[in-house]
Amino acid sequence: MKTKTKARLKSPWVLHYDCGSCNGCDIEILAALTPKFDAERFGIVNIGDPKQADLLVVTGPANRRNHRVLKRLYDQMPDPKVVMAVGTCASTGGIFHNCPNTLGGIDKVIPVDVYVPGCAARPEQIIDGVVLALQKLSEMSEKEDD
Amino acid sequence: MNENYIVNIVLPVLLTLGAPVVGGLLMGVDRKITARMQSRVGPPLIQPFYDAIKLWNKRPVIASRLQPVLAFSYLGFSLLAFGLLMFRQDLLVIVFTTALADTCLITASLNSKSPYSYLGGRRELLSVLAYEPVLIMAFLSIYMVTGSFLVDEVLAYRMPLLIQLPAVLIALVLVLIVEMKKSPFDVSASGHAHQELVRGVYTEFSGYTMAMLELGHWVKVTLVLSIVTLFWAPNLLIGAALSLAAFFIVLVVDNSYPRLTWRSMIKTTWGVGFILILANIVGLNLMGVI
Repeated sequence: MKTKTKARLKSPWVLHYDCGSCNGCDIEILAALTPKFDAERFGIVNIGDPKQADLLVVTGPANRRNHRVLKRLYDQMPDPKVVMAVGTCASTGGIFHNCPNTLGGIDKVIPVDVYVPGCAARPEQIIDGVVLALQKLSEMSEKEDD
Repeated sequence: MNENYIVNIVLPVLLTLGAPVVGGLLMGVDRKITARMQSRVGPPLIQPFYDAIKLWNKRPVIASRLQPVLAFSYLGFSLLAFGLLMFRQDLLVIVFTTALADTCLITASLNSKSPYSYLGGRRELLSVLAYEPVLIMAFLSIYMVTGSFLVDEVLAYRMPLLIQLPAVLIALVLVLIVEMKKSPFDVSASGHAHQELVRGVYTEFSGYTMAMLELGHWVKVTLVLSIVTLFWAPNLLIGAALSLAAFFIVLVVDNSYPRLTWRSMIKTTWGVGFILILANIVGLNLMGVI
């Protein structure tokens, strides 16, 4: 593995965007950053700046109001980047699937790499999802060199 | 003749080039100690280097064509300031060179339409306003004791500066807190998990420009720590221990205080810093030392 890929895998900076979720998944994401799970030991930092983030973590369904913001955040992130849909709502629309104001899962707006199901998704599941996302990032990084 | 050549040129150049490495390791130690204070495991010691390499290899999004130039100048002037210290030059010139580096960072952050970056730049300007007069006053007091601004002559002074200037060292710890962008004075940029003003002064940087700013920041922190080292000049190993103690105190303060507004920052640094330094100078004068 090249130094570049290793550095990418060792420091995934997260941008967390809430598409109008019920806050259940958001609390679990924050729980993953607290001392009990301590995501920073893997170099994961909740950075909040799309220009410096590698991993976009989205909770809640895409709706007619926020899909532009979601698209814009995605576009502002420089490559290589990975998108993670956390929770049932972000994956498929969940209980909001047939509401007139929602579009469904966030994959209707931006390409999603990892789906983490659950209502709400547990911190262990979210960390598992990040591990999958990092595998994807590693593949992207290796492919970039060819 | 040959030994002089090594001590006067080769060693300072090597130390200057090593400054980013030392600074990066210090940042790693910072993150590890901070994690332990919050009863977490914390990232590996070389985490800052992973971050920097990753940022360097990320595809950049450049907000304006001036920004990469200014980010490079920030790193360049920080290295120059550190080099001047290693070549044992004038302390005042070192302060002005770091001011130039800060000017580059502030100009770069103001050079975009983002309101977060703009507010961060203004706050960075205020933090420079907060620490620079204190730093200059500290150097002035060093001048009053040793009779010279030259690092060469400060190093040759007959006794450790700490014995005569203990309060000035405490003022320098305040400078270090502002310089490291730590709580309670982290108004301009929020590090790690705090998000106020997105990333403040760093908001509009990405990819290699951000990596250069990180490197410049490490060098500047190492510079202030090296200045603390001067306080035990006869034996630089004790000086280094002194600067590491100051570093640890900064981390303790960072983890025990919430952030203050910029007004309180200027009031605290100027108020406490000036009073400490003036009390030290007046005390020495009354004792008839200077």
